[in-house]
Amino acid sequence: MESNELIKYLERKALQLRYYILEMIGVGKAGHLGGSSSCAEIVATLYFHWMNIDPNNPYDPNRDRFLLSKGHAALVQYAALAELGYFPIEELKKVKTLGGMLQGHPDMKTTPGVEANTGSLGQGLSIALGMALGLRLDGRKSRVYVILGDGELAEGQVWEAAMAASHYKVDNLVAFVDKNGVQATGPVEERLNSNPLAPKWSAFGWHVIEIDGHSIKEILEALKEANNIKGRPTVIIAHTVKGKGFSFAEHNAAFHNGILTEEQYLIAKRELEKLMQGDER
Amino acid sequence: MKRESLREAYGQALVEAGKRNKDVVVLEADLGKSTRSCLFEEIFPDRYFEMSIAEQNMASTAAGLALVGKIPFIHSFAVFATGRAYDQIRQAIAIPRLNVKICGSSCGLSDFGDGSTHQSIEDVALMSAIPNMVVLVPADAVETKKMVEAMVKYKGPVYIRINRNDLPVYTPENLEYEIGRMYTLREGKDVVVFANGVMVSRAMEAAEILQREGISIEVVNVSTVKPLDVDTLVEKVRNFKGAVIAEEHSIIGGLGSAIALALCKRKVNVPLEFVAIEDKFGTSASNYEELLVHYGLSVENICEKVKSLI
Ligand SMILES: Cc1ncc(C[n+]2csc(CCOP(=O)(O)OP(=O)(O)O)c2C)c(N)n1
Repeated sequence: MESNELIKYLERKALQLRYYILEMIGVGKAGHLGGSSSCAEIVATLYFHWMNIDPNNPYDPNRDRFLLSKGHAALVQYAALAELGYFPIEELKKVKTLGGMLQGHPDMKTTPGVEANTGSLGQGLSIALGMALGLRLDGRKSRVYVILGDGELAEGQVWEAAMAASHYKVDNLVAFVDKNGVQATGPVEERLNSNPLAPKWSAFGWHVIEIDGHSIKEILEALKEANNIKGRPTVIIAHTVKGKGFSFAEHNAAFHNGILTEEQYLIAKRELEKLMQGDER
Repeated sequence: MKRESLREAYGQALVEAGKRNKDVVVLEADLGKSTRSCLFEEIFPDRYFEMSIAEQNMASTAAGLALVGKIPFIHSFAVFATGRAYDQIRQAIAIPRLNVKICGSSCGLSDFGDGSTHQSIEDVALMSAIPNMVVLVPADAVETKKMVEAMVKYKGPVYIRINRNDLPVYTPENLEYEIGRMYTLREGKDVVVFANGVMVSRAMEAAEILQREGISIEVVNVSTVKPLDVDTLVEKVRNFKGAVIAEEHSIIGGLGSAIALALCKRKVNVPLEFVAIEDKFGTSASNYEELLVHYGLSVENICEKVKSLI
C-alpha cells in the first residue's frame, strides 16, 4: 500500500474504532471513553497494519502479541478485534452483559484475540516481558507490543518490569505509554506527577522515542525505528489527548469512565460521522 | 528415623524436571540459595531468570511465559510468594488458569529465627481461596520430589509450600503419587489424625506414644489441601470416634477449615479437634521445635486432642 494511502486508511480505521466505542458506551451507561479513544490510532496501526496476526489462525505460535496493560480501555481493543473478524460485530452490543464474551476488562478465556488478562494496572509490562523472554527462548521472530497508561506508571511493578526487561536485553518488546496526561481523578501532573518520563525510561536502559500519538505517520516511523534497535527494549512515549475525537470529553477526567447524556451521544455521533464522511471526499 | 531436606529435594526435582521437559523455566526473587532453585540455575542458566527482589513482576512475568507455552516455577519465601504477589497471582495467573507453579519456601514457622515478618501462617488460606488454584503441602523429601514431577504434568496453577527444616521421611519411595489424593501412613482403630507438612511426622510420633497407652490412631497425610480428597475423607471418618486435624498454619482457612467444610457439606457428623496456630502471628525463637511447642503444634498437643475424643 502506498504510504499516504496507508496513513489515510489507518486514520479511517481509528475513526471507525471511535465510532464503535461510542456505540458500545451508548446513553446512560458508564464506559471508559477517555482512555479508549486516546490510543485509537496506536491500536489501529498495530492491529490493521503492523502486527503479524491472522484472525483466521488466532493462535499461530509465530504471531506478534498485543497487550492492553491499561485494560480499562478494552472497548478500543474489542472494536479492533471485531472489525478484524475475531468475533461477529454484533458481539459489541453485548459488551459487559451477563454471558457475553466481552468482559469489562480483557479476558483471554472469553474473548478470541485477547492475549492476557489485564486491568489490574501495573502488570501488563511484566506479562509482556515474560512473553518476550519465552518467545526468544523458542527462537521465534514474534514481537510483543503493550500499551500502558501514564497514570498506570505510578505502579511500582512497572519499574520492576522495566528494570528486568533491559537487564535481559529483550529487543522483541515494545511498550507504548499513552501519555494523555489525565488519570481517573484528574491530571497526572497534579495527582501524582510521573514526569519527566523520557529520562526515567532511558535511565532504566530503554531506547526512548517520543511522538504525537495521534499521528499515524509518527507511529509508523517509531515502530520502524524500534524494529532496528538491538539489545534493549523500546518505549514509545505517545503524547495523546484523553477523550480524543469527542469535543466535550477531551482532556476531561469526567469521561475517564463517564456516562453520556443523550445530547452528548448525539453530538459525538454527528461529529464522528462528519469526520468519516469528510474522509471519503 | 532419617531426616532429609525438603528444599534440597525440591531443587533436585526441579533439575530432573528441567532435563525431562525443555519448557520448564525457573524464576527466582533473590532467594535461590534458600529455596534451592539455584540447583536449576547451575544446570540450565538460559532457562533461569533472576527477577531479583520484585515478586510482583516475577509472578506476572511467569504468566507471560506460560502464555507462550513455558512451564514457569516461581520462588520466594511462602509469605512473599503468596502475599506480596497476591493480586498478580489472582488476576494474571489464576483467572485464566495459566500453567504457573508457585513455590512458597520456608513456610509456616520453619524460618524460626526471622520472626513474624518471615513466617507464613496464612498462605494456605490465601491460595486456597483462589478458584483454579491447587494447594500442596508435602510432608517430606520423597513426597516433595513426587509432587514436583506431578506438578509438571498437571496443567494449571499450583501452589506448593516447602518446609525450611529437615524432616523425617515417611513417604514410601514406591508410592504412586497423585495430586488430589490423601495417603494413609499408619492404620488404626480409635481416632484418625489428618495432617500435612511437618505435622505428619508429629502425628506419627504421637501414634507411637499413644499405642503404648493402648490407643490406636490412624495417620493420614493430606498433602493436597485443594482439591480435597473428599470421598476418601468421608469414607475414613465413619470408622472412627473422631478426627484430629493437625497443620502448621492458622486455624482459620487451612486444612482444618477445608475438612470441616467438606464434612459439613456431606452431612457427616463426627467430632473434630484441631491442632493449628490460633489466630496469631509468629515470633522469633532460637529453634524450630521451641516454636512448634509455643504455638501448640507439639506431639503432646496431638495426644491430648486425640484423648479428648475417646
Ligand atoms: C491496580 C489498580 N488500581 C486501580 C485501578 C482503577 N483504575 C482504573 S483506570 C485508572 C486510571 C488509569 O489512568 P491512566 O493509566 O492514565 O489511563 P488512561 O488515562 O489512559 O485511561 C484507575 C485508577 C485499577 N484498574 N487497577
